[in-house]
This record gives sequence, structure tokens and C-alpha cells, in this order.
Amino acid sequence: MPYDPILVQPMRDELTRLGVEELLDADAVDAFVKRPGTKLIVVNSVCGCAAGMARPAVTLALRHAVRPDHVASVFAGQDLEATAKARSWFPDVPPSSPSIFLVKDQELVAFVPRHRIENRDAASIAFDLVEAFDAHCAA
Amino acid sequence: MGTFHHGKGDLHGITVVVDTSGSIVYVGRCDTITPQGVILLDADVHDASAPGAQGAPVSKEAYLKRAAAWGVFKRHDRVVVPHADVASVRPLGELAS
Repeated sequence: MPYDPILVQPMRDELTRLGVEELLDADAVDAFVKRPGTKLIVVNSVCGCAAGMARPAVTLALRHAVRPDHVASVFAGQDLEATAKARSWFPDVPPSSPSIFLVKDQELVAFVPRHRIENRDAASIAFDLVEAFDAHCAA
Repeated sequence: MGTFHHGKGDLHGITVVVDTSGSIVYVGRCDTITPQGVILLDADVHDASAPGAQGAPVSKEAYLKRAAAWGVFKRHDRVVVPHADVASVRPLGELAS
């Protein structure tokens, strides 16, 4: 059952203030994934590891000079249709939240599942993201 | 800002591998460890002696290699692994590093 939207809003704002687009329905997800270029999709979550590690890691990684062309989020447990649609693009990947997808055109090129976020510090996760940006997003 | 739960142990909320001395291995989110056993949520159970999707059995090592890269599909909301069956408990993330 989704949490009270008022409680969740700060968790959304933590990403949108970075310029991360919120994808709120299936059509928005499809349109985003179909954009050419590189795209980061953050599966946001109310859990502690999203707060302590995932969102701070995305914040750090997006300071890197090389970054994806587009960055968006879906909110697991809140925006159910959008989250299901995002996952449906990569059906071989088990559902995981928080998690982070890096997509080039419509191909998944890097993935950070929840278990690579748990128990780690934000800088370490950001380092993984930056490595993926350098590998896949450089012009 | 997020949600936190106290008093459930150090592994609470962490995705763990519960290995056994036999052919079974469990992967799931650790809820807590009780006198009854290790309680996992959203868990998968792999039997390395049973035929896999391609027919042949899949070793624990191969199963855990894929799990470490991608995670697992949940097959059980809740699993209790009795202590007598537990050979080791470790975070899945340690296998990926």
C-alpha cells in the first residue's frame, strides 16, 4: 500500500532538485526509454538504503563530468504503473528497489541492484555509477 | 529521509545468502534471526540437485554468480530456514564485490 504522498514528497524532491525527471505513468516511461542516447533510471524507494545510500550516491555521481543524456526516476510502491512499466523493459532483471538502471538507446548496459546498495556507503556506489558513465556515456 | 526498523539485528533488511551443507541455498531479505531459524522475506530457494530451466542442474556457484549480478526473483514471501540447516549466512552484496 502506498505511503502518504506528503511523507514521500521529500524523497521525490531529493532527486527532482537535481533535475531528475519523475516518470509517473507507463506512457511517460515508454517515451523516456525510447529517447535516443544514454539514460539513467533510478528506482526510488521509501526504505532506509534509498535514503542513506542510493539517493546520495546518485547525487554524487551526477556531479561527474561524464553523465547520461537523460536521468529519470520511478518510485517503487508509490507510482506502481510506472515502476512496473520500467521493469517490463528489462524482464530478465529481478525487481529490486532501490535500484539503478543505465540504458543506452534501449539496451541495459549497467545495473545496480538493491543488494549492491545495502550496507555500502554512498561514495562507493557513486564510484560504480561513475565507472559506468565513463564506459557508456562518453561521447 | 527513509524508514528504519530497530531491534531486529544487524542483518535486518539486508539481502543475504543462507547456505546449507546440502544442495539447497536460499537468497532473500533477512528479517530477523529467531530461535526457530533465519527468517527471510521475498526469498528464492535454489536446489542444485534439481533440474534447472534448461534441464540440467545448476550448481550453487553458478546460481549465486547470477544472483550476485542481478538479484533473484522472489518465489516465497517468507521462508524460515531452521538453524540445523544453516551452514552460513552472508550478505549477497559481498559476492558481487
